[in-house]
Amino acid sequence: MSATEFSGIAERRIEDANLIRGVAALTRERIERVVKAVTKGEAGARLAVYHETCMRCGMCADACHYCLSHGGDPTYSPVGKMEQTMWKLLRTGGKVDPDDIYGMAQIAYTECNLCRRCVHYCPVGIDTGYVMSMVRRICHRLGVVPLYIQDTAHSHSGTMNQMWVKDDEWIDSLVWQEDEARGEIPSLRIPFDKEGADFLYSVIAPEPKFRTQLIYQAAVIFDQAGVDWTMPSSPGWDNSDMCMFTGDYEMMGRLKRCHFEMAQKLKVKRIVMGECGHAFRSVYDVGNRWLGWKFHPVPIVHSVEFFWELLTEGKIKLARKFDEPVTIHDPCNIIRGRGLMDKLREVTHALCSNVVEMSPTREHNLCCCAGGGVINCGPPFKGVRLAGNKAKADQLAATGVHTVVAPCHNCHGGLEDIIHHYKLGMHTKFLGDLIYDCMEKPGAA
Amino acid sequence: MQQLYNFAVGPLAWVAWAVFLGGSAWRIASMWALARKKDMNAVAYMDVRFAARSMARWATPFATLGWRANPAVTVATFSFHTALVLLLLFAPGHAVLWDYAFGVNVWSLPEGIADVLTVLVILLCGFFAWRRLQLPTVRYVTRPMDWLVLALVAVPVATAFLAKQQIGDNLLMSTLHVLSGEATLMALPFTRLSHALFSPFTRAYMGSEFGGVRHCPDW
Repeated sequence: MSATEFSGIAERRIEDANLIRGVAALTRERIERVVKAVTKGEAGARLAVYHETCMRCGMCADACHYCLSHGGDPTYSPVGKMEQTMWKLLRTGGKVDPDDIYGMAQIAYTECNLCRRCVHYCPVGIDTGYVMSMVRRICHRLGVVPLYIQDTAHSHSGTMNQMWVKDDEWIDSLVWQEDEARGEIPSLRIPFDKEGADFLYSVIAPEPKFRTQLIYQAAVIFDQAGVDWTMPSSPGWDNSDMCMFTGDYEMMGRLKRCHFEMAQKLKVKRIVMGECGHAFRSVYDVGNRWLGWKFHPVPIVHSVEFFWELLTEGKIKLARKFDEPVTIHDPCNIIRGRGLMDKLREVTHALCSNVVEMSPTREHNLCCCAGGGVINCGPPFKGVRLAGNKAKADQLAATGVHTVVAPCHNCHGGLEDIIHHYKLGMHTKFLGDLIYDCMEKPGAA
Repeated sequence: MQQLYNFAVGPLAWVAWAVFLGGSAWRIASMWALARKKDMNAVAYMDVRFAARSMARWATPFATLGWRANPAVTVATFSFHTALVLLLLFAPGHAVLWDYAFGVNVWSLPEGIADVLTVLVILLCGFFAWRRLQLPTVRYVTRPMDWLVLALVAVPVATAFLAKQQIGDNLLMSTLHVLSGEATLMALPFTRLSHALFSPFTRAYMGSEFGGVRHCPDW
């Protein structure tokens, strides 16, 4: 009854320049030292109890999209991945070869999205997301992190944003979008550094870098809703956090402190975050704990909830509804991480006349396979995501619709990739896209 | 053999109970102290109401996604644990021991029911063994510890059945039953059987996080 009949990660090794470089610098002694420093020094009872009480019943296999997409291959099940990584490290006291660390890093960074769907399957209450995060922490401290995501972590360190956006480029991007939007709404402004505004609007760095029109849309929505908002002109504007996913918790703490302190400096009443899942996880659930805050020094609101407020309070009025049938994808970090499944549905139903639910749905929905930093591991691992999420492709196809509402950046990236790969003929939309398209714009020229 | 039996039901039984109770108390207390030292970012969110909600949900057959997705395991798990606890506390032979050791009169199961439950537990041990041997998702993660804990349950129950049904040497079977039962008792805090001690905490924590922070069902 050993792992030998299933090769697991050994038979699907993928070349990554930084994994190769990092592993080449390892010794068994260093691995053992770091494993003990993390499992005995940083972690405590939570990790030890999970290791001891996981009954190896295999019930979690049905939870994981990787396992479902690979025909029930046990090496992709949540417990199978813990067995190949943390359970092995704890069992051996960290006495493993550098080559083993390569496989563990590949599993932890690219074969688990930390989506926590397996929580719904485990009677004992094992948190696989936490266990795999601790594997990543070990890999980070060993310097064995996939190249592309490590580059984004370096960007966070160098610029306090994920995409190497320079300070002047950030301001230029906002002014550019303000100029563009003023063509449509002549009185529109994107208010910089407005002290005492009702809320600070923060986004992820890929918005100014790749999806700048989303800032335009948000500005139009906020302007026409008549809300009191601001965006910061200096670092602290980016709420994203790849350091949380690489295991660089020290840097994660700096990022979250910078973000919260920007809101405090501007004396805003709360922070409203764009349609991103992982950033919400970082600000709402993880970074605050690292900094020693049980909850948040400034209240955190995700866009889904904020849009729900604008619609229910009548601040946004709709000129029309989106007529094509749509389905709803439930991003893990705001559904399983914040319970926004009802508000997401209320907003979507307000905007769309024909909503077709996926099966399974709500908190039981399948993952996009991009989150948890997996899509950020870059092109070498794109195939892992595509093969690892056939289950999602089948789920999407079964809805028979062509539009997927997904209020999360990573979900967009992951879903678009499988939509293209499996030729599903669908496309994704943010709630902001729909609101911008359907809302009344009394200030329009 | 009679001397060994007398020793097993006498001094050794007290040792077994002492190891079980002392070991369990030490494991829970030391783990809780470690959690307070290292895991306050989790402990701080413990909430009795959400913990109870999660525990009640998972203690109800088919009330969670995991139970519904695995109906055979659900029926087996609930039957197995219920039968085992009933036998441990209320098997007719055990009622005699409660009285003998502590002077407590405990209600006991009717003989016929106890026999059925004993056979049921043996069959369910077989079912769990079959899963570990036949299902790839279980076989892949099965380690010697998993076989050990299965044996620690199966042997006392099987020997109880043999002794009760007068199969084999009765004194030998009774002695083996008592010795293996005491081994199980002593092993509980120090093997994966410790899920009996720790799973209420892991369940309570998950329920607290999902209830109080994530505002989402954990079932």
